[in-house]
Amino acid sequence: MLNGIWGFFVIGGILTGAFLGRMDLVTRAVIGGGKSAMELVFTMAGVVAVWSGILKIAERGGMIDALAHKMNPLMDFLFPTVPREHKARQYIAANFAANFLGLGWAATPAGLMAMKELQKLNREKGRATGAMCMFLTVNMSSLQLVSVNILAYRAEYGSAEPAEIVGVGIAATLITTLTGILAAKLLEGRD
Amino acid sequence: MRILLTVSDFIIPVTVLGIVVFGCLQRVDIYEIFLEGAKDGLKTVVDILPTLIGLIMAVEVVRAGGLLDMMTGILRPAAEKIGFPAELAPLSLVRLVSSSAATGLLTDIFANFGADSFLGRTASVMMSCTETVFYTMSLYFLSVGVRKTRYTLPCALLANMVGVFAAVWLVQTVFGN
Repeated sequence: MLNGIWGFFVIGGILTGAFLGRMDLVTRAVIGGGKSAMELVFTMAGVVAVWSGILKIAERGGMIDALAHKMNPLMDFLFPTVPREHKARQYIAANFAANFLGLGWAATPAGLMAMKELQKLNREKGRATGAMCMFLTVNMSSLQLVSVNILAYRAEYGSAEPAEIVGVGIAATLITTLTGILAAKLLEGRD
Repeated sequence: MRILLTVSDFIIPVTVLGIVVFGCLQRVDIYEIFLEGAKDGLKTVVDILPTLIGLIMAVEVVRAGGLLDMMTGILRPAAEKIGFPAELAPLSLVRLVSSSAATGLLTDIFANFGADSFLGRTASVMMSCTETVFYTMSLYFLSVGVRKTRYTLPCALLANMVGVFAAVWLVQTVFGN
């Protein structure tokens, strides 16, 4: 699936570029893409390292374990195949909490560790487990309660009441997350 | 608004403070453990670097070649037919692929129609309830070498699509047109 999408992007992008006479821009994109990725990595490496360090302290102190315990009823429902004391649950809990608070950079290392732990439970390594599908679906349904960046842009562009959309935003986020969970539950076990 | 911004200023420092104080109370060797975690974090970044390069390159090629514009062009009339504001069609598609490109479209909408217009409000809500699906999926699945992603993409796309329509409907209901 991912190979297909990536191929579609690259092949489709170059062909439309040729068709629309935008090959100079495509050339710049091919060369510049790697460069902008490196720039992104330089900015994100420090942030991710800091959050991973903080996360580790929380883990050793037993905070994440406590958080995961509190979330057991939810976890039992979302990830019935992941045992209660498994590390995957802790990282998933940390990832959800960070996403919820809008700490995207803290969510990424926790999420990647969660995937690593879920992969340990996977019997067919190249194929996603139901728990992985559920985890990523919830993750991609946006958990963030308040998107501060958007409020800042609204203020910058002269909104009289930048935060007026917060309530509606929370309602919409709830709808997307519930939709994702429902869909993933219904498709559980399918290919 | 001011309260929200103050709260958001507090989230990161308070989270860090809470964790470090709690670690102290639990007699964790905080600094050493921090360094251990930071080292793991840097390793993670190096591990995902190739994925990021591939991703960003593909997204930039799609944007540069005009494929994304073409697809939103096709989407526009279809959106109009079902009563979906055509001006928001590009945003809903671009958002799945690139967060920075979507932010560009969002600020365009703000500049052209105003942040407090129906389109401005709806675009704001759309941005807050959706996610860069292509990026997240590639990063997480490829980091563990999973190729068969099964029903993840359909579920994520469905959730995002419902979010886009919910945004339009909610803003209409709460703020009117």
